Amino acid sequence: MKSLYLRTDNPLYNRVARFWAKVFGVNFVLGVVTGIPMEFQFGTNWAEFSRVTGGVIGQPLVMEGVFSFFLESAFLGLFLYGERRLSRRGHWWTAFAVFAGSWLSGYFIIVTDAWMQYPVAFTRTADGIFQVTSFWGLLLNPWALIQYAHNMCGALITGVFVMAAVGAYYLLEGKFVEEGRAFLRVAVIVGIIACIAQIFPTGDLHGRFLAAKQPVTMAAMEGLFKTEAGAPVVILGQPDAESQRIDNPLIASRVLSFLIYGATTAQVKGLNEFPKTDWPTNIPLLYYSYHIMAGLGTLFVLVMTASAFLLWRGRLYQTDWMLWILLLCLPLPYIANTAGWMTAEIGRQPWLVYGHMRTPEGYSKYVHAGNSLFTLLGFMGLYALLAILFLFLAHRLIAHGPVEEPVPDITSGAPVTVA
Amino acid sequence: MLLTWFLLVAIMITAYVVLDGFDLGVGVLHLFMARTEDERRLLMRAIGPVWDGNEVWLLAGGGTLYFAFPLLYASGFSGFYLPLMIVLWLLILRGIGIELRMHLESPVWRGIFNGCFGISSLLLTVFYGAALGNVIRGVPLQRDGYFFLPLWTDWTVGPQPGILDWYTVIAGIVALVALALHGANYAALKTTGELNLRCRHAAAFLWPVLVLVTAISLAATLYIRPSLLDNYQSAPILYAIPVLVAASLFGIRRMGAQGNERGAFLASCSYLIWMLVGAAAAVYPNLLASTTAPSLNITVYNAHSGEHGLAVGLIWWSFGMAIAIGYFVFVYRMFRGKLSLGSDGYGH
Repeated sequence: MKSLYLRTDNPLYNRVARFWAKVFGVNFVLGVVTGIPMEFQFGTNWAEFSRVTGGVIGQPLVMEGVFSFFLESAFLGLFLYGERRLSRRGHWWTAFAVFAGSWLSGYFIIVTDAWMQYPVAFTRTADGIFQVTSFWGLLLNPWALIQYAHNMCGALITGVFVMAAVGAYYLLEGKFVEEGRAFLRVAVIVGIIACIAQIFPTGDLHGRFLAAKQPVTMAAMEGLFKTEAGAPVVILGQPDAESQRIDNPLIASRVLSFLIYGATTAQVKGLNEFPKTDWPTNIPLLYYSYHIMAGLGTLFVLVMTASAFLLWRGRLYQTDWMLWILLLCLPLPYIANTAGWMTAEIGRQPWLVYGHMRTPEGYSKYVHAGNSLFTLLGFMGLYALLAILFLFLAHRLIAHGPVEEPVPDITSGAPVTVA
Repeated sequence: MLLTWFLLVAIMITAYVVLDGFDLGVGVLHLFMARTEDERRLLMRAIGPVWDGNEVWLLAGGGTLYFAFPLLYASGFSGFYLPLMIVLWLLILRGIGIELRMHLESPVWRGIFNGCFGISSLLLTVFYGAALGNVIRGVPLQRDGYFFLPLWTDWTVGPQPGILDWYTVIAGIVALVALALHGANYAALKTTGELNLRCRHAAAFLWPVLVLVTAISLAATLYIRPSLLDNYQSAPILYAIPVLVAASLFGIRRMGAQGNERGAFLASCSYLIWMLVGAAAAVYPNLLASTTAPSLNITVYNAHSGEHGLAVGLIWWSFGMAIAIGYFVFVYRMFRGKLSLGSDGYGH
């Protein structure tokens, strides 16, 4: 938005950029305070895992601190407080630095997770310690590249659906109409690209890679209990882990074989091919997470395609039913992203480091269950409070809207109002 | 190589204490110093643009520890489980305290977040001091390199101590006083008029207290672990460190009395730096001492990670930190000088 403002010099864009900066400010502070604990929880709750893998995954985690957190936190202060002290272009650069910092940070996190999913570039010493053998091998793990693309498309989708929902809300309420249209325009154009890219090529590549490297996870996600040639995709149905079948299945024949191998008759390995000790520990939850993610991803493409068509025909702003759909879609990308991460992490079970270290080998032995429960409850309470605060403040900001406020004038330093 | 990484971790922790120290100090003091909403806003704005960046030093320091000395990270973080979790909760409360207070004009809303911010800042300083006290005192390490400490036992420094005992409580008080004074010096640097005068009075009031608790803590340290002097005995040049601590204390007083705000602030930075350098010089090469048997100590030699990783790490670490220091110089230059009320585009 700020980029658009600089290019067009249209004050509308500056106003909306300022509005989103405020929403982002609230979002960011909650992200920071909930993110800090995560780095420490490796050590507090997963001490043994940290001890043996620290030399490897410590690497991307420190790089995240050194290369991204410093960048984004230092420039966030400038971005939020420094508008008067900087030129317009300078202010845009602070926003860009925050953006670059947070996207870079995403990459380092993904490298960490990707190494746990698909460990590369390491050796183990006699006493079991993991050591890096190739820095670039670790950093350019193919799993990380694919997962990052898929994850960042997911982040973009969340962003555009929030923006579209706020735009639709303003149009339906009949206020801030001009801004609402701008939100919808940007959101739908970016959204159609991101939603399609989420499924093809990123989701597709991710799926094939998973099928090659973690076939047992793939079988569990799809609820494929027995090996089949021309395996179907189960669109709906409830997996029964005991009797190893899907109840009430609605299936698309041969599609799974085609998606993975490009041939409708290819054989896909089912769970029966693998020892039960290697099965993901919670198959129904994994199955549902994956299906929620994939189902919502498909829905997003449909919604964005319809919106883009209406936008192209110039009818989107008047089509109330479409605006209603966009508004009601607001929570869905959050659910899809959560489900996607659950698919990745539950799918990795029973391993912490896939194929090398099992989950029960990694926890902190001296922290007993009572202590864990105590802190878990503490975090749940605190995060519930944060969630309430976030919803309250975000609602307030959106209801208040992108109104004209006294804007600090860059040249004189005195507050003036931009018309 | 190992000494280098020990120094790098020590430098990051020191940078964190010096930088986040002043905004923690301002957090503690704002409860007492600000009489009007405008004054409070000024104090908040003095730290608003920088507190988050300062806190990153803690994250980066913790990450560096994880990467360079995984055994220490694993053992220390799981052993100090409960206090660390409390610190994390306090960091959360403190973050929302400062960042969410300006969203509503309501006095009740602001009151809640002021309290959140002030009290969590205060408890954090005490916990940080106590944490350092624990590292100096040592913990009951087991044969596998792990331990677990309850919050308190019988408040003595015996072989089975708690997180809090009489010694670590003293360390916590030293941290509280030192960072409050540090914060007062910073606030004086950023403010004018009556608020500035109040900050300087607070600094003058805290100074003799700091001298007293510093002396007590040094004496207590030597009493509970006389062996900490070993490094000093073998390299007497290290005795310059306590002299520099004393000189910094003297400098805080003298600059404060002369009205040299920048000098006083730099002197309190210097005090914190030399106190931590003194502690690091005393414990090396131990990272975490055992109260049960010296053979179980976690040292730089048994805690480090793979050589290749450390060697490659040194390259990108130096590069990344050089850039990061560049940002900090830039940001602090942008926000230098005294503050006044007036719209700055955001919040406070």
